[in-house]
Amino acid sequence: MDLHLLDAAPTPAERAAIDAFLGPPKDGWTGGAREPQDAHTAAGGHHSRSQRHLLLPALLAVQRRVGWISAGSLMYLCQRLTIPPADAYGVATFYALLPTAPRPPRVVHVCDDIGCRVRGAEAVCAELERTVGPAHHPPTGTSHELPAIGSGWIRSPCLGLCEEAPAALLTQAGATPVERLFGNATAGRIAAVLAGNDSTADQTRAPIPQAGDPDLLLLRRVDRIDPTDLDAYRAHGGYQALRLALDLGPDGVIREIADSKLAGRGGAAFPTGRKWDAVAKQPVRPHYVVCNADESEPGTFKDRVIMEKDPYSVVEAMTVAGFATGSEQGFIYLRGEYPLARTRLQHAIDQATSRGLLGDNIMSRPVRFTIEIRVGAGAYICGEETAIFNSIEGFRGEPRNKPPFPVQIGLFGKPTVVNNVETLVNVLEVLRLGGPQYAAIGTAGSTGTRLFCLSGHVARPGVYEVPSGTTLRRLLELAGGVAGGRALKAVLLGGAAGGFVRADEIDLPLSFEATRAAGATLGSGVVMVFDDTTDFADILRRIAAFFRDESCGQCVPCRVGTVRQEEALHRLQAHRPIGGTAAELALLDEIGLAMKDASICGLGQTAYSAVESAIKRLKLFDGVAPR
Amino acid sequence: MTTLVSLAPPRRLVSLTIDGKGIEAPEGSTILEACRTQGTEIPTLCYLETLHPVNVCRVCVVEVEGSRVLVPSCSRRVEPGMVVKTQSERVVHSRKMVLEFLASSVDLSTTPEVARWLGEYAARPDRYGPPAPPAAAGARDGLEPGHHDPVEPGFRATVAQPTKIDNELYLRDYGKCILCYKCVEACGTDHQNTFALTVAGRGFDARISTEFAVELPRSACVYCGNCIAVCPTGALMFKSEYDHRAAGTWDESRQTVTQTICPYCGVGCNLELHVQDNEIVKVTSPLDHDVTEGNLCIKGRFGWQFVQNRASEERPQGG
Ligand SMILES: Cc1cc2nc3c(=O)[nH]c(=O)nc-3n(C[C@H](O)[C@H](O)[C@H](O)COP(=O)(O)O)c2cc1C
Ligand code: SF4
Ligand code: SF4
Ligand code: SF4
Ligand code: FES
Ligand code: FES
Repeated sequence: MDLHLLDAAPTPAERAAIDAFLGPPKDGWTGGAREPQDAHTAAGGHHSRSQRHLLLPALLAVQRRVGWISAGSLMYLCQRLTIPPADAYGVATFYALLPTAPRPPRVVHVCDDIGCRVRGAEAVCAELERTVGPAHHPPTGTSHELPAIGSGWIRSPCLGLCEEAPAALLTQAGATPVERLFGNATAGRIAAVLAGNDSTADQTRAPIPQAGDPDLLLLRRVDRIDPTDLDAYRAHGGYQALRLALDLGPDGVIREIADSKLAGRGGAAFPTGRKWDAVAKQPVRPHYVVCNADESEPGTFKDRVIMEKDPYSVVEAMTVAGFATGSEQGFIYLRGEYPLARTRLQHAIDQATSRGLLGDNIMSRPVRFTIEIRVGAGAYICGEETAIFNSIEGFRGEPRNKPPFPVQIGLFGKPTVVNNVETLVNVLEVLRLGGPQYAAIGTAGSTGTRLFCLSGHVARPGVYEVPSGTTLRRLLELAGGVAGGRALKAVLLGGAAGGFVRADEIDLPLSFEATRAAGATLGSGVVMVFDDTTDFADILRRIAAFFRDESCGQCVPCRVGTVRQEEALHRLQAHRPIGGTAAELALLDEIGLAMKDASICGLGQTAYSAVESAIKRLKLFDGVAPR
Repeated sequence: MTTLVSLAPPRRLVSLTIDGKGIEAPEGSTILEACRTQGTEIPTLCYLETLHPVNVCRVCVVEVEGSRVLVPSCSRRVEPGMVVKTQSERVVHSRKMVLEFLASSVDLSTTPEVARWLGEYAARPDRYGPPAPPAAAGARDGLEPGHHDPVEPGFRATVAQPTKIDNELYLRDYGKCILCYKCVEACGTDHQNTFALTVAGRGFDARISTEFAVELPRSACVYCGNCIAVCPTGALMFKSEYDHRAAGTWDESRQTVTQTICPYCGVGCNLELHVQDNEIVKVTSPLDHDVTEGNLCIKGRFGWQFVQNRASEERPQGG
């Protein structure tokens, strides 16, 4: 294709970063020196289109090297991959971690989302403003001057480390880039990190509260074995499930999964057996397995704990999924804010490959499966199962219209299984115990155990594993109750896309059927606790801001509805309602219904649910006199 | 107008119910097409016969029995036994809200039909408070995804911003843009394959942009104007139309449309010359032409000044 490029050249560092990822350019068409023979060849067509999926990882390579995406680096990248520059710009500007205006090389992303908010995040930000200066803002207009100082901080949505709130993420671009997700982030510690006095070098995480409990299934290896040690993994039951699966054959595996009644843990609770069966039966090849590790629902961190502390289980489970569904290639779509999980997973993939547990002839059988990690770049929407495909394929992470469903037309247009990390890891237990035995755990409608992410005003935050159907009360007891012995006010179940329940509802069994009957949801397993000192108007506004920030912007109900919702909540919070509180609540309901009914994807469809539950269940604004 | 005759093999018919009436529609057709054949009006904004449906505006939603959420009629295909409601309470509510959302954030003054729909659906875009001040030139182009600064409570955010005038042929008034994706599709794989335009940014900050928001002359734009032809809002507009509107002299009732053939090359595209007071004020091409589908190149679209070169009349006969 005849590309029209801006007159902007990459810096040597940018060029090197791109070449290190893509290899040196082959000819003058794709960014190399122009040779006379280039006049006799043409670049483009299927070959260049087949490289489009390299765009996002290549952008991330530039980002890690220089800290932002300049015009010069984008033009060179477009030339290398034969992508029109406007198209590539549209992709880069979709992601919060890929700024297209200069940003300092060292940035700390400070979580100010709900879980960290109730643990002092705003105070941290206020102190940073005082001691370090205001949060970094992109230069306005088209001035692309490099920042004078080498570091800055910005606000971030939930970083998935809510159990160690307040959380922060360091990204330091350079020849040896540094990325670190750290908890207990005081303003002093962040200021030290910004000054280059890195006190976050050890990424040790606190052990999970139930570590060592013999009743654990999914978490039984967590904090008990070295997550980098494949032998330790095998010594603790690892790779038994894959061996069983190879003996059972694909149909047998799918039968066990169906018998287990395992349902998805990513939020939608779709029966896993049916999904796998649908893909396995598709005559079109190839098939793909995508492990959804984007985990960006505020308050969710269970997948991170598994990936950081038991990465081989994810690798093994994906291999089982590949075998059962006739897929030879798996992708882990991992959110960009999880650097430690990335390191651990990559190590596990490499080890498994070198030991014949991935690649050709797995366990010496004619079974082939490989896994590639694809890293996100700061976009909650990319966890939506069709947005993932667009993101991996190198397009804007906008959800696709359904139907067609991923099991028919998924990644690269082929039948694809998308499963959440926790769902996949459950498969190992299903095979180990047998489908019917697995189904005996939990309740009739919600089998197996579930991971819950306890955060907020709770004494012992962290990931807990309990049988489905355990009451919320029991779970809160396990976690030591409300922190500081204060009174419980509400619990947010299922995350920002879920809803609040009241303190008098904590006898609710945590099963799909009981929560559904109560008009609540388990969602991604978020259990965020709020005591009686909570400023709920502030929490609601943060939730609304989250949806406004994370909407992909495709469809009108969500793109504008999330803005109007936030504005109405802002007016209520500022005691400046238009036409009185009741009128604002009615307006919110009208906005919410349209978002729920007319949005393309689950983001818009659930953007009102937490707000609605706060209004209708917590009766948050009842008795608020308009001023 | 000529009648188009389909040369495709006849399609099987599917039986379904629309608003309580049993109808038959060809297999593979959309609910919208089925509705239009039987005379049921459904508003659309992002839909166009000549483009792939992106189903983003959601003004065309209908209720389909058994579906949890409403479905876009412009892209959902008919299925046997489908029960469709085009005027249920849920449908009417969502359409009203979509229209309100758009009218409260975008200048729809040059979007045909929308004023009528706003009335029909009793939309009240003013109930979200007064508009926040418009963005400075280029400010929206620099918005990064992630954290945003909210507007002053009591005001409503809009996409208002100055018009981008960077060439003599057409201009871009993104304060009128509803983000229907049509121009991006027309500039990209659906028609032109030039890829000068993209959607940049995310959420409410999403916008149509060139790479790094450079002016059109620095971009890949080839001035075919095929984006103008599909833009439903007047956000993309001929400079000639814009100047007339600015001067208060634009008057469609005084305009005639002359059908002719472009004289420049052998493709022979059909042209529709819109003429006001003996002056060509814009050029379109019929959408239902099965070869060109409304598309032209820069010569047919903009190269008509010579017609109005009065000097030629003074040339001696036979010269
Ligand atoms: C906006 C949005 C974000 C989502 N994010 C995630 C995510 O980060 N991880 C995840 O597993 N599922 C996420 N989902 C759900 C997925 O679309 C999908 O249902 C899930 O990955 C299927 O896997 P499961 O059947 O194993 O649950 C998200 C859905 C939406 C609408
Ligand atoms: S609902 Fe929101 S996030 Fe989903 S497609 Fe629509 S605009 Fe994008
Ligand atoms: S400029 Fe016009 S065609 Fe393009 S997205 Fe906006 S309204 Fe649609
Ligand atoms: S519009 Fe362009 S392509 Fe069409 S006939 Fe005229 S010169 Fe030829
Ligand atoms: S890490 Fe801050 S809310 Fe989750
Ligand atoms: S016309 Fe159907 S969604 Fe826009």
